[in-house]
Amino acid sequence: MRKSQHRRLLILLSFLTLGMFGFGFALVPIYNSLCKTLGINGKIELTKAEAANPLDIDQKRRIEVEFVASNNNTLQWFFYPKTSKVMIHPGETAKLEFYAENKTNHRMIVQAIPSITPGIAAKYLKKTECFCFQQQQLNGHEAMNMPLIFHVDPDLPENVRTITLAYTLFDVTDRLS
Amino acid sequence: MNPGTAVTYHDHGPEQGRGFIGFAKRWLYTTNHKDIGTLYLLMALLNFFLAGGMALLIRIELFQPGHRFLDPNFYNVMTTMHGLIMLFGVIMPAFTGMANWQIPMMIGAPDMALPRLNNWSFWLLPFAFLLLLSTIFQAGGGPNFGWTMYAPLSTKYAPPSTDFMIFAVHMMGISSIMGSINIIATILNMRAPGMTMMKLPMFCWTWLVTAFLLIAIMPVLAGAVTMMLADRHFGTSFFEAAGGGDPVLFQHIFWFFGHPEVYVLVLPAFGVISEVIPTFSRKRLFGYSFMVYATLCIAILSFIVWAHHMFTTGIPLGAELFFMYATMLISVPTGIKVFNWTSTMFRGSMTFETPMLFAVAFVFMFTFGGLTGLMLSLVPADYQYQDTYFVVGHFHYVLVPGVVFALMAGAYYWLPKWTGHMYNETLGKWHFWLSTISVNILFFPMHFLGLAGMPRRIPDYALQFTNFNQIISIGAFIFGFSQLLFAWNVIKTIRGGVKVDDRVWERISWARVDTEFTSALSFI
Repeated sequence: MRKSQHRRLLILLSFLTLGMFGFGFALVPIYNSLCKTLGINGKIELTKAEAANPLDIDQKRRIEVEFVASNNNTLQWFFYPKTSKVMIHPGETAKLEFYAENKTNHRMIVQAIPSITPGIAAKYLKKTECFCFQQQQLNGHEAMNMPLIFHVDPDLPENVRTITLAYTLFDVTDRLS
Repeated sequence: MNPGTAVTYHDHGPEQGRGFIGFAKRWLYTTNHKDIGTLYLLMALLNFFLAGGMALLIRIELFQPGHRFLDPNFYNVMTTMHGLIMLFGVIMPAFTGMANWQIPMMIGAPDMALPRLNNWSFWLLPFAFLLLLSTIFQAGGGPNFGWTMYAPLSTKYAPPSTDFMIFAVHMMGISSIMGSINIIATILNMRAPGMTMMKLPMFCWTWLVTAFLLIAIMPVLAGAVTMMLADRHFGTSFFEAAGGGDPVLFQHIFWFFGHPEVYVLVLPAFGVISEVIPTFSRKRLFGYSFMVYATLCIAILSFIVWAHHMFTTGIPLGAELFFMYATMLISVPTGIKVFNWTSTMFRGSMTFETPMLFAVAFVFMFTFGGLTGLMLSLVPADYQYQDTYFVVGHFHYVLVPGVVFALMAGAYYWLPKWTGHMYNETLGKWHFWLSTISVNILFFPMHFLGLAGMPRRIPDYALQFTNFNQIISIGAFIFGFSQLLFAWNVIKTIRGGVKVDDRVWERISWARVDTEFTSALSFI
């Protein structure tokens, strides 16, 4: 009788182990969808362009939007915003450019990954056009101005007065070629 | 079943043959729970000195500011290895060894439920640790990113030997999952008639809960390191921001494993202390059922506090508040335990043999480590403490004068019963007092260094920290070398000494002789 008892427990606990192994991997989509739906962690969708700005401009509020650019690891590029910050009304469209220059001798493909602080503001910052929507490619010593068009949703919580939009440039040449 | 066959149960296991082959076969093939317990304990002792030696190398480097003795990368390898081996190679196997020895005897079972699985779960470990240690000698050096293995340090920037570490972690995980399944099966299925769950000795209860924790978390760690491996070699982007992943995700998965892991280390220690204190106070454990429920409570709470390791990663305010309050809540069941141990001693006829000394020191210093943990749980304060020596001081207080002292208490307490010989009490007392004094010289100043701003995991520090670091290093060397007294005492006790019977402590106490050591005979 003991043998069958042991066997039952062994099978049960093995399934629990496998289940928890699966759960470890399930944490990845759980985390991503939680971050997306709750709008926490400053994550925004990479490729989704919003429709052009249909919103009324809220003249009473002014939001400061700051821009930060950095390179991942030791990427040999110049990468910086040509305007470091703008003051806009919610609903107002802002257009600016980031400068990028490939300092190496060879062709490189990069991907810019945005991050927004405070995290809660990620949902309210709408981009109509962004260089982060697709990979950017430059030959050696080539340079370009990359456009960014966005507006801030008037539903932005009252306590948010400053939004920081940070871009990190990642080298994805190896992954694509 | 007649009593005759029951007696032979405790002597089963392979006969020792002649020569080295006979010796090797006896230990390689053994399915006897006592043999396997001994193997676990001896391996833990060996690893204790190995990882302790690494800690001393760290302290040599930190004796003076500037790069003095170690290459900075090697320093990082040492901190990583010290952490990994102390957790997976010392504390966990040592408690598994104690569980193998004690649980079948405490519940009146002839052996563990699954003896062959038991053999396998031990023999995976030496190979796992050889694999892990081999990384130090590989090109590019061993893993150098800390035992927490944060991505991308462990993925993009890690040395090639990291893959060996990943497979070593897999093997350790498989080993402890199998060990846990065995312990659960033993406790649930093989209790002597009449031993209900609420009559289980506390050590068995805490191990039962620990075993469930292990089954829940070790697979998650295995998943995390598997994702690391995939990011390193198979082009996935679980933790790689460039491919749409998120390095912070690694911290969530890791600490979902890592926080319950803390209780995996400490719950069996609670069990040992709950055995030792009643014996030397000559009283029943105060509030047994409260102890059981407090253990369960700690285990459940341990799953919802992981992000207190990540307060500074930019998680939302609401989450910070939730994890702060949940963490503080854990101090309630832990407080119940401390209260019950104190109440057990209250008006008891206490004597202070070495096991009791270690147990009392455990209660005192573990509580101290718990209180600094409470300080760390406060979000606003944590921004100052994060990644400083304050954290190092905190978790070493919980793990060294906490968990390691409980291991010492357990070892001295059960050694006479395991070997049939009394250990040397004078040597034991020397070991205790040297350890207790030096452990405080070693870890106490770390709190002040942390508050003053000395960061963790850096092989160098600002000049003004020199004095305290020198005090710490001196304490570390005294502590490290005092442990040789323990090793000597253990070896001496195994080889000979004053003969005692299985009632060694019970002669001086009211004791639970029946349930613990004669049950296999009296119930069957």
